[in-house]
Amino acid sequence: MCGTCGCSSVTVELEQRVLARNDDLARRNREWLAERQVLAVNLMSSPGAGKTTLLERTIRGLGGEPVVSVVEGDQETAIDAERIRATGCRAVQVNTGAGCHLDASMLARALRELDPPRRSVVFVENVGNLVCPALFDLGESYRVVIMSVTEGADKPLKYPHMFGTADLVVLNKVDLAPHLDFAVDTFAGHLRQVNQRAEVLPLSASTGAGVGAWCGQLRDWA
Amino acid sequence: MHEVAVTQAIIAAITEKTGEARIRLVRLEIGVLSGVLADAVRFCFDLVAEGTTVEGATLVVDEPPGSARCRDCGGEFGADHLILLCPACGSAHADVLSGGELRIKSVEVSPECAGPAGARA
Repeated sequence: MCGTCGCSSVTVELEQRVLARNDDLARRNREWLAERQVLAVNLMSSPGAGKTTLLERTIRGLGGEPVVSVVEGDQETAIDAERIRATGCRAVQVNTGAGCHLDASMLARALRELDPPRRSVVFVENVGNLVCPALFDLGESYRVVIMSVTEGADKPLKYPHMFGTADLVVLNKVDLAPHLDFAVDTFAGHLRQVNQRAEVLPLSASTGAGVGAWCGQLRDWA
Repeated sequence: MHEVAVTQAIIAAITEKTGEARIRLVRLEIGVLSGVLADAVRFCFDLVAEGTTVEGATLVVDEPPGSARCRDCGGEFGADHLILLCPACGSAHADVLSGGELRIKSVEVSPECAGPAGARA
């Protein structure tokens, strides 16, 4: 009986996954992308790991084959979308405001606006954050976590959800490694504790070292 | 804090299923390996529920403990974080058995109640 008006209350069993709605929208995104044979790569990292710089380098490296377009997620500003457009590539900026991640409904809207051509690649640059984006399926084809050597080799252990969800881990800024106490083997060992399948791909988005292997991986996926 | 978005998803899912009925109690299951902090959901629940049929509802959160099974030796062990390490053989190859739950179990509704004054019925 309820304390407000004395009416009887009944228990309704819901047994529903909390993220069922997001996951349903993600499944629809996946179908939409599959119909168009579009590869969608969800790029996730902490702020400043080099996602946008890697995208600029990747767009140049792929040289239009396949065609690339980008969904940029940030809390505020269109700075990143403008950087991408400066390369000649199409980009849609999603500002999440107070939100700390992209979700499947945001990507659905962005994809309709972007209208990527058939057999192309869409990069989704998620909000810079090693926590929240891990939880939200967008309908992407692959998840790539970008980590820079300046962040420290212990990050997979500190953010196991994010690193556990990766299909591939890009280790960026390796040109700075000689100046740092960063052991790639230690990092790879920590990654293995939370993810047994993701390979580590070392590169430098600023010098271009290793970007060829990254572009090769993307062509394999596409 | 993605718990605000998660709590919004919880309220939306409940109101979608229960329509105009007043919600008295919400029972959730948030496993310790789910990536969602039960305390953070408790913290923002009242705020997110404000102005909905869930406003004023009691929140009950069950927090199932984590467990995993080793792929190498088959042993089962408790896990309170996602760095799974089999205590029997030391292998890191393990699958989560429980603790990843993130579910709305049930709600108690008062179909005829208009709810407290000021709240939307």
